[in-house]
Amino acid sequence: MADQAQFAELAMPYMSALYSAALRMTRNPSDAEDLVQETYLRAYRGFGGFQEGTNLKAWLYKILTNTFINSYRSKKRRPDEVDLDDTEDFFLYRRLGGLEAAEAGRTPESEVLDSIPDEVVKEALESLPEQFRMAVLLADVEGFSYKEIAEIMDVPIGTVMSRLHRGRKQLQQRLWDFGRERGLVPAEPAPAPETAGAGGSGG
Amino acid sequence: MDCDKAIYRVYHYLDGELTVWRRWTIKRHLHRCPPCSQGFEFEVELRQVVSSKCRDEAPSELRRRIAEAIAQCDQQPPESAR
Repeated sequence: MADQAQFAELAMPYMSALYSAALRMTRNPSDAEDLVQETYLRAYRGFGGFQEGTNLKAWLYKILTNTFINSYRSKKRRPDEVDLDDTEDFFLYRRLGGLEAAEAGRTPESEVLDSIPDEVVKEALESLPEQFRMAVLLADVEGFSYKEIAEIMDVPIGTVMSRLHRGRKQLQQRLWDFGRERGLVPAEPAPAPETAGAGGSGG
Repeated sequence: MDCDKAIYRVYHYLDGELTVWRRWTIKRHLHRCPPCSQGFEFEVELRQVVSSKCRDEAPSELRRRIAEAIAQCDQQPPESAR
């Protein structure tokens, strides 16, 4: 039987982080709560087999991810979960960089970033297709290494890298789109995208 | 190293997932190329913004529920533990 006090001391501090991740995965507070609770129960039952000195946080995220995939993932994509075409590098920077030219001497890109409300950033991340969303979440929000993400998601490192690459680019596109919809970034004509028809909500 | 090559590896660089040599060649390029250097800096800032704005606090009710569920786990050990 696992030592309850030791488990509480080691695992409980990750609850808010796990809950945040669960919210991004399920996109629903009540599912997120259930997912975190189930994750903790599974972790507690398996705690006896957990090897001290190994990465407890990564272990908890692996349980969270598996539980999500097995029990909570909806089989169907949500209509807003569109796989966008690949964009150029520095997508967002290039677009916000137009501002800089207009107001020489200032560096407004970071101010624009700071001004984006939390909800918009969360929404942008949650709009990504699941596999990209998970990779970006684990890398950029939680700071896991490629190797750790590969273990958590149970995929090869090369797959992690390509999901991250595409996920990050799509996140920039989403931030740009959402920012413009809300008037957070100037509605100037962006450099024309190569592919027509992007931005529609059709599936 | 030219801009395209540096930008191609921007994420690997920022993720700290490059060999020492590649890291050094990119660093040298960034030192000489202000536009690339600014682009890289922007990516770092963006990542910090995403990371800091995607945090939620676990509800206290959830903490209570989980603590309770774990306590119950011990009172009713699963069959395998008997």
